[in-house]
Amino acid sequence: MSTPQTLRAAAIKVNGQDARLDGVPVHTSLLDWLRDRGLTGAKEGCAEGECGACSVLVARPGIDSPTEWTAVNACLLPAAALDGQEIVTSEGLGKDTELHPVQQEMAVRGGSQCGYCTPGFVCSMAAEYYRPARTAAAHGTDDHEHGPNGFDLHSLSGNLCRCTGYRPIRDAAYALGVPEDNDAFAARRLSPPPPPAATRLAVDGAEFLRPASLDDVLGVLADRPDARIVAGSTDAGVEVNLRGVRAALVVAVDRLPELREFEVGSSEIRIGAALTLSEIERLLDGRVPLLAQMFPQFASRLIRNGATIGGNLGTGSPIGDTPPALLALDASLVLTSRRGDRVVPLAEYFTGYRQTLKTPDELIRAVLVPLPLAPMTAFHKIAKRRFDDISSVAVGYAIEVADGVVTQARIGLGGVAATPLRARATEDALTGRPWTEQTVREAAAVMAAEGTPMDDHRASASYRSAMLGQSLLRFYAQLEV
Amino acid sequence: MSSLSQRPQQAVVGLPLPHESAALHVTGKALYTDDLVVRTRDVLHAFPVQSPYAHARILSLRVKPAYDVPGVVRVLTAEDVPGVNDAGVKHDEPLFPAEAMFHGHAICWVLAETWEAARLGAAAVEVEYEQLPSLVTVREAIAAGNFQGIGRHLESGDVEAALAAAPHVFSGEFEFAGQEHFYLETNSALAMVDESGQIFVQSSTQHPSETQEIIAHVLGVASHAVTVQCLRMGGGFGGKEMQPHGFAAIAALGATLTGRPVRLRLNRTQDVTMTGKRHGFHSEWRVGFDDEGHLVALDATLTADGGWSLDLSEPVLARAMCHIDNGYWIPNVRVDGRIAKTNKTSQTAFRGFGGPQGMLVVEDLLGRCAPLLGYDAMELRRRNFYEPQHSTPYGMPVRHAERLEACWSEVLEAGEISQRQVDIELFNATHPNTKRAVAMTPVKFGISFNLTAFNQAGALVHVYKDGSVLINHGGTEMGQGLHTKMLQVAATSLGVPLAHVRLAPTRTDKVPNTSATAASSGADLNGAAIKNACEQIRERLEQVASGKLGINPADVRFVDGTVRGIVFDGGTLSWEEVVKAAYLQRVQLWAAGFYRTEGLHWDANAMRGEPFKYFAYGVAAAEVEVDGFTGAYTLRQVDIVHDVGDSLSPLIDIGQIEGGFVQGAGWLTLEDLRWDESEGPNRGRLATQAASTYKLPSFSEMPEVFNVRLLEKAHEDGAVYGSKAVGEPPLMLAFSVREALRQAAAAFGPAGTSVDLASPATPEAVYWALDRARSLEPAGLSRG
Repeated sequence: MSTPQTLRAAAIKVNGQDARLDGVPVHTSLLDWLRDRGLTGAKEGCAEGECGACSVLVARPGIDSPTEWTAVNACLLPAAALDGQEIVTSEGLGKDTELHPVQQEMAVRGGSQCGYCTPGFVCSMAAEYYRPARTAAAHGTDDHEHGPNGFDLHSLSGNLCRCTGYRPIRDAAYALGVPEDNDAFAARRLSPPPPPAATRLAVDGAEFLRPASLDDVLGVLADRPDARIVAGSTDAGVEVNLRGVRAALVVAVDRLPELREFEVGSSEIRIGAALTLSEIERLLDGRVPLLAQMFPQFASRLIRNGATIGGNLGTGSPIGDTPPALLALDASLVLTSRRGDRVVPLAEYFTGYRQTLKTPDELIRAVLVPLPLAPMTAFHKIAKRRFDDISSVAVGYAIEVADGVVTQARIGLGGVAATPLRARATEDALTGRPWTEQTVREAAAVMAAEGTPMDDHRASASYRSAMLGQSLLRFYAQLEV
Repeated sequence: MSSLSQRPQQAVVGLPLPHESAALHVTGKALYTDDLVVRTRDVLHAFPVQSPYAHARILSLRVKPAYDVPGVVRVLTAEDVPGVNDAGVKHDEPLFPAEAMFHGHAICWVLAETWEAARLGAAAVEVEYEQLPSLVTVREAIAAGNFQGIGRHLESGDVEAALAAAPHVFSGEFEFAGQEHFYLETNSALAMVDESGQIFVQSSTQHPSETQEIIAHVLGVASHAVTVQCLRMGGGFGGKEMQPHGFAAIAALGATLTGRPVRLRLNRTQDVTMTGKRHGFHSEWRVGFDDEGHLVALDATLTADGGWSLDLSEPVLARAMCHIDNGYWIPNVRVDGRIAKTNKTSQTAFRGFGGPQGMLVVEDLLGRCAPLLGYDAMELRRRNFYEPQHSTPYGMPVRHAERLEACWSEVLEAGEISQRQVDIELFNATHPNTKRAVAMTPVKFGISFNLTAFNQAGALVHVYKDGSVLINHGGTEMGQGLHTKMLQVAATSLGVPLAHVRLAPTRTDKVPNTSATAASSGADLNGAAIKNACEQIRERLEQVASGKLGINPADVRFVDGTVRGIVFDGGTLSWEEVVKAAYLQRVQLWAAGFYRTEGLHWDANAMRGEPFKYFAYGVAAAEVEVDGFTGAYTLRQVDIVHDVGDSLSPLIDIGQIEGGFVQGAGWLTLEDLRWDESEGPNRGRLATQAASTYKLPSFSEMPEVFNVRLLEKAHEDGAVYGSKAVGEPPLMLAFSVREALRQAAAAFGPAGTSVDLASPATPEAVYWALDRARSLEPAGLSRG
């Protein structure tokens, strides 16, 4: 019954050793695959990319060096998606009896209590330890979310610990030095990561495909409307783990060069759909302040390392964090298929709850952000928790004022309707009016009535409406400061 | 000073050592129950069929379709149980129920070659239900008069007379939520049967002896036929005190019936939807104060939301009632307690075990009443502290009550609270949309199991011929550092370097009849038992050494691996020499140790006695900043002084204080259990059943500045090496965060605003609180 059909020997390099993938069921997560191989350091804590106990390191194409050690949630990725790649687990970091510097600091400072989350913390921390741009000079020491060694605490935002209260983990992170000259992981950054491998694995009637080219992908999509497209698998992985979804055909698109373009042109910025949120954050380097505000609030570092901008738009979720920001930026999407490319304004893209204009044979190729950018922007996210939470309400602002009068107002909303949407009534209430507290108060009352918020476990409908009303006041107040 | 608490020179206890498994943790080599599966051959995997209704009769159960799924080996149902079909100690928790009592209740279990096949098999099982009326909230249960177990009454003084005479009387109602344990390691068990029918179960359990008992009664065998081992847990927090038993019994039953090892591991959703949580409570109270702000009377009714079965609800309720006073002297007290029966998971032990719930009632009412009385909340708290001559409402003298004031003044000073209050006032005056507040709250927490019989422990200590030492004790390791402390106790007691001592996993065939590792008592009880065993061995070795050294046995000293007399020039032997000599002299080199806590007595019916060996004390100050637009907040600074006696292991203890505090803050501010209370098709379903919807504290909730100090000169005469228990008390230091949020919300309103704050105080709850305060006219105080 089980007849593996592979074009070549699929394998992953784990802690320096090649391990074959043939015969592994298509929906097996990287985590389960590692654990079945006896590498039980990585743990399942939640199976939805929230706790980070499964974190491992992957050698990925870097921006500041040819390779960067990137921490990802092993519970969300199908093992098949790592074919040809190189990963390191907590077991592979130290040498025989010698602890890795990250492990050493965690151990001696009381960074572990029950120890279950610890291997995941160690991997996330090691990724930040090896971040090429991490330098002591990068940040002042007065910012409690950055260490004197340049360590960005947000790198651990996707790891949960139920025991320590985090203080000793933070102290361990902030005590880290720089890698030594003979550090093999540091040296590995200097040569390129393994190229993406074309993969075809078929086991028990399910198939995983990583086509070699965009053309091949579009061909598959034209033939198989049931294909499940995955990039970082941060959404699809949850469906596999918690909802038992078992697609007959999974097509991975995240390493296609055509989907990884990035260009800052004179009239627009073009962002490849398969770039991860982490990559976009660094490529933009603050050039789009609205997005720069959004990135740290978008899930966790572990998720941003996997999640792509195309994926966040492809799911069509009403509570994704990029749509409100991109709506405010008046972004468009490039949809591609065998029939060619078409450009769709994002404001027209969402058609209903998890419904979009994208047809099954189409792929989001790129996001276009028109230039110049509006001068007054902000991203507001309302959630229970500051790091790594899902929005109750999200608002993106892009407002232009000339001679004291609002000439252009674009406000994107998430979490208040079946789709992300533009706050058109509020925009109208602002446009052409003087940018004053009086105008803002009146428009805020309009904004409180935007959308059709509902009660759920994240927030009440009345709180959501109140937050819409407060948001514009806050935007105004924070600009005035 | 008692001999139990006396600490020798060069003691290994007191050293700030990392966790004994730290190197294994950080390298991923530490093994947890489910990590053993890949090391075991031919394992079957178990998966439950869960009820989609809060309350329903099972009309029929068709398991045959499951057998059509490839890989399914066996479906376990009630008919398979050879012994008692019950997973608890109260005999009200059928392992395979005929009636689904909550949404998610496991009806039967499928065993298969793979987890995936078991999942598909479970989906194939056909269950026909008849839906029955359900009670989902504690209010519904109160209205319906649906209670379980024994209600309790605690009374001292004359409450009615005192309330009638009190110049200031307030009344209120307060319902607050429970808490999901969310140990990172979900419940898991791995069972196997050997050639003689001996059943061996690896279980992630805080209470191996009870897990063993339940397995034995389900299988209808004697306890000696079942061995339970717990290597370590990935967190417990009370959630693995009773909940693991049924899962271990399912695995054991499967292993017995199939002859193959059976693995049962819950995924997160299963764990959250099937296992008990911290009890939410409803409370109603009347309180009286005199003109000086002294509490004169408290009358309260506490209703614990027990869920569908009793579990540990009765002792949880008792502890809640015994802690409603927290650190405050209230001369006249009446507390009625009862347990609501609802169609929810069976709520259970959770760090603090009812103590937090009792204390939350009094801290909440003090926070609400302070502005109405015209007092600063800190001042109101401080002037009500217990003093050494006082006794609790249940009649126990409050020994070391002066430590409340000692901790309080040290926090005031070290945290520079007065100066920060001035700074905060200035900040608030200049920031209309952002307010800060600092609040201080005390903790007084009784240490010992309320039920006296549980306050006993055993240990087994072996000294081998080469001088190496192996210790076993009845406590389990869930991250709290118990094993680290036990190694330190053994090394101290035997006078050997720490490296001489090794600790073997907790298992029921080494130390029998153990109590749960719970009630913060793990180190007190097991430490004393280990010390007892070591002392038996040491006394025998003293005889041997005295012969070789030619001195009186009473003058022999064991220090850091050497054995010598009390005078320096009297010659020295190595530990190994003495051990070897003892062996050759046919002296027994191993011993079983035992300990029972002396001086405890408790009349559960009268709710009177001295149930606790001592109280642990602490004080916390928390400063928050609240955003007036959203209710979002940050925890800017926390200063804690906590009483752990003379610390056995300071790094471990500080870790417990910090971790407990943040976990408490999570309960009070962030963690949001939301059951579907509608009449819709999902009634009784837990909506927040995953990490994506039930949010634990993360790095963003850690205090930006976090200063923790151990109270100095805090020797506890009644406990091992002068130490105190530390596991639970610090959780309740987090009331300071909630009270700071209340005060910050009040700062949006006119002076003297009394703020009602929901619990958990999520950003939404804080927003509504501050929005109400903001809308108040700056009029005169409402008093009376």
